[in-house]
Parts: sequence; structure tokens; C-alpha cells
Amino acid sequence: MSTTTEKKITIEPVSRVEGHGKVTLILDEERKVDEARFHIVEFRGFERFVQGRLFWELPVLVQRLCGICPVSHHLCASKAVDKIVGLDQITPTGEKMRCLMHYGQMFQSHALHFFHLSSPDLLYGFEAPREQRTITHVIEAHPELAVQGVAMRRWGQEIIKATAGKKVHGTGAVPGGINKSLSLSERDALKCELDKMLEWAEAAVRLARQYTLDHLEELAEFGTMKSNHLSIVGDDGRMELYDGKYRAIDPNGRVLIDGVPPEDYLKIFREEVRPWSYMKFPFLIDAGPEDGWFRVGPLSRLNTCTYIDTPRAENARVDFHEKLGEVAQATMAYHWARMIELLHAAEKIRELLDDPDLQGEDRVAAWGTRREEAVAVIEAPRGTLLHHYKVNENDQVVMANLIVSTTNNNEAMNRTVQRIAESHLSGKPEITEPMLNNIEVGIRAYDPCLSCATHALGQMPLEVTIVDHQGEIVDRKLR
Amino acid sequence: MSSHEVTLFIDGKEIQANKDVTVLEAAEENGIYIPRLCWLKGLSPFGACRVCLVRANGRPQPACTQRVMDGMVVDNDTEELRGIRRNIIDMIFVEGNHFCMFCEKSGNCELQAMAYRHGITAPKYPFLFPQKAVDASHPDVLIDRNRCILCSRCVRASKEQDGKGVFGFTGRSIDKRLAVSSGEGLAGTTLDVDDEAVSACPVGCLMKKRVGYAIPVGERRYDQEPIGSDIESVAANKGGE
Repeated sequence: MSTTTEKKITIEPVSRVEGHGKVTLILDEERKVDEARFHIVEFRGFERFVQGRLFWELPVLVQRLCGICPVSHHLCASKAVDKIVGLDQITPTGEKMRCLMHYGQMFQSHALHFFHLSSPDLLYGFEAPREQRTITHVIEAHPELAVQGVAMRRWGQEIIKATAGKKVHGTGAVPGGINKSLSLSERDALKCELDKMLEWAEAAVRLARQYTLDHLEELAEFGTMKSNHLSIVGDDGRMELYDGKYRAIDPNGRVLIDGVPPEDYLKIFREEVRPWSYMKFPFLIDAGPEDGWFRVGPLSRLNTCTYIDTPRAENARVDFHEKLGEVAQATMAYHWARMIELLHAAEKIRELLDDPDLQGEDRVAAWGTRREEAVAVIEAPRGTLLHHYKVNENDQVVMANLIVSTTNNNEAMNRTVQRIAESHLSGKPEITEPMLNNIEVGIRAYDPCLSCATHALGQMPLEVTIVDHQGEIVDRKLR
Repeated sequence: MSSHEVTLFIDGKEIQANKDVTVLEAAEENGIYIPRLCWLKGLSPFGACRVCLVRANGRPQPACTQRVMDGMVVDNDTEELRGIRRNIIDMIFVEGNHFCMFCEKSGNCELQAMAYRHGITAPKYPFLFPQKAVDASHPDVLIDRNRCILCSRCVRASKEQDGKGVFGFTGRSIDKRLAVSSGEGLAGTTLDVDDEAVSACPVGCLMKKRVGYAIPVGERRYDQEPIGSDIESVAANKGGE
């Protein structure tokens, strides 16, 4: 829906993203954009209400933050709880089943975002008529793409069901391991579609690549700024989505931090609170709040990792950097990077499905000496996710801190909104609804999950409000 | 038929039963399931939950406390009684804080299974969200009063089977709560993790610690078949003989 008053523009909701967001644009006397803010207006309070619950409930409880990537929360909490029960290593069956779940999640989430949430923007243009920018229009005009998206998401969800017991909000990962192995019939059913999924994933990489290169001149500057990038990586710098240590690079590729274990996160981060958003603003302490902000997610993971340990995705990574530079900064390059990860996930799933450890019976490691505190990090589809818990002697959670992917991208998304507002809206006598979609396109590139970011509940509408220099509303777009 | 037996009719089916048993027991012996929550084999009947309400010779009576009588006509599986049971189950849900989505008893919970059997997907009454305390002081057993349905199975099992009397109730009506026999909480009692009282709980209130979600979804007790199917399968098997 869209409403216009004399002096304020609001867009609400930001559509095709997860959660509920709002954009406010503040104009100066010449209607140039003075300040742009991306607000997350939900509040949920998971960190508070897990207090008093039993620590083994955490993986199943906190995943209720989200219906899109609950697996990421489920596994991150499980890794933290492993440490609570004194384990630094779990059984091969436990670890590999969890990894399979994780790659299944990465696969389905990335497919959902590319084929269903972003495809209308990429196929029809950012300022296409509103009725064209819908998934239903994509289904009508490009049924093969829409069907691929559905089938890829379904396959990823089937992997989650085979490992977690349910497609959404399962219970697979338990303290010290997993509660089920992969049966041979489950394995064979998944392998039946593997070749097709690999083929479609490669096609998706080609599609995203071609789109990016065809529009490079426009996309290179669209909502783009030079930023630091952060992710976890494996010991040898490989892309590692399940477990690793922090690495951050500056806009020139210089390593800012490397090999930092999750437990030391408070030594490298701070979170800044601003009064107009429920979402915090993390930054690297050494670089300070002004320069220490960073991006996370597929683009950052491509930038921070030294290599990818699956051949097809590695070839795609090398090509990606040849075309976009060693530190790719174009915000819209998130889409290409995301599809390279989709391919990587499919390759990893292939490796795992051939591993007999998945049929192992040694699912849970014997618990060690109880610890009172644990931190775990995982790479969720949208970026680096951290869970930190403290537990009392009665097994009850007394403190929880969750720093989710979208929170890490908060500053970056705000800057992207500012850049697009300046480049596409500033000084214009009239701001139309299709013009405002540019802002949403920029936000969507990050595939934000606003529910997770505020640990919040609800739909994902965006509201954009434009306010003049006297604080009066110029326009408002609601959706 | 011996002099100790009587004949009664449940939903029109003629059955024989020992004259000393209850309607619920007589039905069960004949493969007829009468829904129940507070009744547990081996414990004295309590008549607390009223989920087993039947019409015995036209009068509403809890089947777990009503003795059989010769010639008794019992209505069990009627729309009226199913409706009353649905209301009772609904009220039990809204009077507690039953969050099945993360409860480790989910799939093994008699209350949840009872709701599914009666086609309840969401309560129709408003949630009361009462303040209820968790007692995690015992090293091996947890009390989560949010999930307590005041069935007294733990109270009776502790007294009658464990010989301890660890549990009781305090307060009345909506303020009624499960209590323990020590001011220091469960840790101050003589409860042992292997006591019958612990396994008597039909819901996720009294739980062994650190078990969690060990049984995967799909393999839990009520994932395969509805609650009561084990009793009804006795009748099916008899019919096949």
C-alpha cells in the first residue's frame, strides 16, 4: 500500500525480505537526501526469555527465532551446548550429519532468495511496474526458473528433514551429536536428484554471473561502498561454513584479524546501540565505530576465504575475483557470490552422501566435564552467526547473547540505503513507487532476516518515510 | 458368567466385567479406549481431569471412579462427550504454559496426543499465561510447573509406590500449584531419579534431566499412532481371532 502526504514519503513494508522493516529518508531544503535510516521495528526478546530454561533445550528453543534459517540457530546453539557439556569434539557421525543438515539449509535458503525473492528485480529491472515485480509474474513468464527454485528448495528441505526429523524446526542436533543417522533409503532418495541439483546450481551461477557482468557498469556503484569483510574460515583459510575462526579483511584485502576463536569475540567486537532501531550496530574494536563496521554473508565469505575446497565452486570463485577484483565490493555481487555458495553446498552434499559415517551408530559423544560458559559461531546463509551462553549449576541458562548475520550487516545496509537514496532519489521533484524499489533492491541484496536480527516475530513489510528538513513527512510508501 | 461378573453396555457393545472394576478398566479390558489423563494403571483413581467423563445410565460420571453395575448402559464415544472432552483439554492448555514447539516431551506427551486425537490444533479459549516456577535444584530431575496439569499422578505414585510423599499441592483453583516436601525445593526432598513418581508424569512437568530430544521426530511414542491405539488394537486383534 502507498500513502502520500504533503511532505513525507513512507514505503511499507519492504517486501520480499524476512521480517518487518522501515526506511526513513530525511531531506534538506533542496529535497536532497540528508540522512537515510533502515529501521527494524520488531522486538522479540529471545535473549531474555531463554533465561531460566535448561541448556539442552537451547538448540530447539532458539531456532524458533526464524522459519527461514532455523537450522543455523539450531546448529550454532548445539555447538555451544557441546562446549557446555565439556566437548570440543563430537563423533564423526554427529559432526557429518550436522554438516549435511547445514549444507541442506544453505542450499534451500540461497535457492529461495535467488529464485523467488530477488528474481523479479533481476529479470524485470529495479524500476519495473509493481505488478511485474512479483514471484507470480516470474512463474507466468519464466516457469522453468520458478520450478527450479521450488525443486531446489524442496531438495534442501528434504535434506533437513532427513537429518533433523522435520523440514522446519526439527530436533536432530543434541548435546554431543545427533539423534539420528541417515538411513540408506534416505540417502538414496537424496542422491537420485543430486546430479540435477548440481546442474541447476551451476546454471544458477552462470545466470547470476551473466547478469552481473551484463550490468556491471550500473551495479558497480549501486548501493556500493568500500567496506571491511568478516567471516569464519577454516584453519588453512578455506571457505568454512560450519566451524572455523574469525578472519576480517579491510577494503584493500589486508588481513585485520585472523585465527580468532569464537570465545574471543568480545575482544574484537563491540555493538553500538542507536535509539531509532532495535537492531544493534557491531564494529571491530581496533578500527573503531567509524571505520570498524564490516559486511558478512556470501560476498564477504568469498572475499575473506583463501580458497573453496570443492572444485566447481572454486573455479567459480577464481572467475568471480578475476572479474570483480580480489575484494569485490559491489553490493549486487552478493547474488553471484550466493550462487557460488549454492554450488559449493551441492558439492559438499555430494561428498557427504557418499560418506559411510552418515550411517554410523556412534551418534553422541560421551559428555565431559561441565562448563559454565560457551561461545559458538557458524556461517548462516546470511552471514556470521554467534551464540554465547552462560549456564548455572542447576543446568539453567543465565545469560544469552545472539549476534546474528543481519545485525552484522546493519551498518552496511544503512549505508547502502543512503547511497541509493542519494543516487536515485535525491533532488527529484517526485518520488514514484518504482523508484523506491531501488532501495528495496539494495536491502534485498543482503538477504536480510529482520526477524532474526531483532530476534523478532512477524511478516516482513517495509515502510519508507521521507521527511523534510523541518521534520515534516514528505511521502510515505507502505507495502 | 461367574457370580463375580456383571454385564454392561458401552456404546451399545455388550461386555462382561468383574464387578469390582471401574467403567474405565472394564472398557480397557474389552479393547474400548476411554480418554484419560490423571488415571494411571497401578495408582488409586483420583477423578481430577474429567477427560474420562462418560454417561453411565444417563448421568455424567468420570469413568475412572465409576464402578461397573449389572445392566449399566454407558455412553463413551458420542459427539456430546467428545465436545466436553475437547473443552476440558482446551482449558488445560490455556491454564498452563504449554509450548509444544520446544518441549522435550513433545511426541511423547499424553496431553498433546490427547489434543491431536480430539482434533484440537489450537485452543479456542484465551491463554491465561500464568506465572509458574521452574525448580531445577535437583541434580537429576526437573519440575517445570508451566506444564503441570495437576493430575496428581506424581503425588500418588510417590506416596503409593515409592513410599515417600515427595509431592503435594498448594493453593486453590487457578492458584493451585504442585508442591514438594521441602522448603529447599526438589533438591531438599528424598526424590530419586528412578522413582515411579518421575515416570508417572503424563506431560513435560516432571522430567529426567539431560535427556532432551534423544528420540528423533518420527520415532516418538505418538508419532506413529494416536494415543489409545494400543488399547483399541486389543479389540482389533480379538476380532481377528
